[in-house]
Amino acid sequence: MITVQNISKTYNKGAVKALDNINLEIQRGELFGLIGPDGAGKTTLFRILATLLVPDQGTATVNGADVVRDYKAIRRTIGYMPGRFSLYPDLTILENLEFYAAVFGTTIAENYAQIKPIYSQIEPFKHRRAGQLSGGMKQKLALSCALVHQPDVLLLDEPTTGVDPVSRQEFWDMLQLLQKTGLTIVVSTPYMDEADRCDRIGLIQKGKMMSVNTPQGITSGYQPDLYAVRSSNMYQLITDLRQLDGISTCYAFGEDAHVSVASNSGLNAPAMEAFLKQKAHNNIQITPIAASIEDCFIELMR
Amino acid sequence: MNTFLAFVIKEFRHVLRDRRSLIVVIGMPIIMLLLYGFALSNEVKNSRIAILDTSRDDVTRTLTERLDASRYFTVVQHIDRPEEADALFRQGKVRAVVVFQPMFQQTLLHTNAASVQILADASDTNTGNTVAFYISNVLRAYQNELLDQQKLPYHINVETQMAYNPQLKSAFNFVPGVMVLILILLCSMLTAVAIVKEKEMGTMELILVSPVRPWMMIVAKALPFLVVGLLNVAVILIMAYTILGLPLRGSLLLLIAECGLFVLLALSLGLFISTRTNSQQVALFISLVGLMLPSLVFSGFMFPLENMPKPLQVVSNIVPTKYFFSILKSVMIKGLGFSYVWKETLIMATMTLVLMLLAIRSFKIRLQ
Repeated sequence: MITVQNISKTYNKGAVKALDNINLEIQRGELFGLIGPDGAGKTTLFRILATLLVPDQGTATVNGADVVRDYKAIRRTIGYMPGRFSLYPDLTILENLEFYAAVFGTTIAENYAQIKPIYSQIEPFKHRRAGQLSGGMKQKLALSCALVHQPDVLLLDEPTTGVDPVSRQEFWDMLQLLQKTGLTIVVSTPYMDEADRCDRIGLIQKGKMMSVNTPQGITSGYQPDLYAVRSSNMYQLITDLRQLDGISTCYAFGEDAHVSVASNSGLNAPAMEAFLKQKAHNNIQITPIAASIEDCFIELMR
Repeated sequence: MNTFLAFVIKEFRHVLRDRRSLIVVIGMPIIMLLLYGFALSNEVKNSRIAILDTSRDDVTRTLTERLDASRYFTVVQHIDRPEEADALFRQGKVRAVVVFQPMFQQTLLHTNAASVQILADASDTNTGNTVAFYISNVLRAYQNELLDQQKLPYHINVETQMAYNPQLKSAFNFVPGVMVLILILLCSMLTAVAIVKEKEMGTMELILVSPVRPWMMIVAKALPFLVVGLLNVAVILIMAYTILGLPLRGSLLLLIAECGLFVLLALSLGLFISTRTNSQQVALFISLVGLMLPSLVFSGFMFPLENMPKPLQVVSNIVPTKYFFSILKSVMIKGLGFSYVWKETLIMATMTLVLMLLAIRSFKIRLQ
């Protein structure tokens, strides 16, 4: 459905490298997540796929159409939701939706079934101006507008940024519902914990695609042993552990410190505990754990 | 076509919803017209003058009274020595000093000739000239009365007729000039921010990813402002006719059509600016500062174009206000028909078309 081949893009006449030789293939009907921190190049890749930017190198196609040459065809068949709220704040919910339906030569009534799961949630407020909506409602309206012309592909650039945790859960529920109708969906997010909701994810960092796989594929490919370590003095704990030979990474992760140890280093939990006791730590807990996406990301960044 | 209609509706909604801007846009021309229509004037009214009269006889007294009685002058002071005139000018107390020669009546009766000197403050050239001209007119009127009493063998009677504007009302020149200025600045500002606003707010990013074509966006942006512009034209014309006492001699339909064309021209200019800029501030700056000066200088209503050096006259040919100002005067004041203004109309129509096409061409179909 979407192919990206050797795409590179720089800004300011080459001074800033936003994308560096990206390759990607997304299947029809897939829910694909593009995951990476701010400034990783997610928005640039979305804008290239949405025909808004021309890549410096490489080619990309959406539904078989080239993003540069056949931009008109692509603009008809994709639903795009930019990272920044891009609807008209002085128009009401209904007027915004009517406008985007009419621009694509259709009406709300014709596509009501398609947008109903999302739109019905904000329909009671349809005469409220878009500028006065909460973050979650804005996202729902933007998604409704992106869906109203029955696109084949949905490109959602950070749809859950700035949205409360409950609305974020709801939003992903809606995306999985939409996926069942056969839609291909590409979502970007800086939140690693949303990765599990996707069929496959791409981890992107500083313009480079580090890994593309299913969430399980990525976590099971995690090589080192991983421990969650805890003591009464977390700050001192992290400082001390970073000096211990055999530990490759050690970083704060919620209330724990996640410590990765190369399997062949010979370091294990009892040895670590002995070291920490020697450093006068109390209430030491060391638990072997399975890697999360974030752990994988940090490992890949090394 | 449906896409285009949706755009037009949306643009009308934007304009109607922004009440505050709408009030400013409708109200500003009214205030500007009142301000400039009344305040901007090169008429000489109630100019203060002083009299130096050492003879103080019947004739000089009559002349002084006549000057004082005319609505152009007020005699504020009598002085005794010519040096005092300098001081008065320096203090700006009078516009002119009328100096009667000593023994005025006696000289006049015995030699059939007596002189009057007019000293005018020419630091403001136009006013100085006009004041001197009006004073000599008053004096000449008296002289003509004297001539009528004595039969002279030869005598040339000069009769001046001021066509189209017999009372030399400055409003006849200023009101069309202000109209031109208001319409071009206002209308180009309206559209100059229109497209760049969508770029700035980020709404452009989404609207580009749709089947919309550049011409649809450009034309749809212009339409509501065309209505606003025509509304302004109506308000201005009504005010010019009722409050400022301007005649509407030519065909009203022709006048409105020409105004509509000029509004369209200004809107196209604004749209062209809007597609070429990336921030509302820059767009506003260009449309306000960039258009104000050339419009003022080259329209011919403040400074006659014929007096300008040749290169500037050539430059004036690309300034649209020049043509509209000429059309306005021809149709409103002189009452001429289309056959007299078709050339200017054609030039304005061509400019509009070219600017529209340029705006559509420079519309960026992608970001950046």
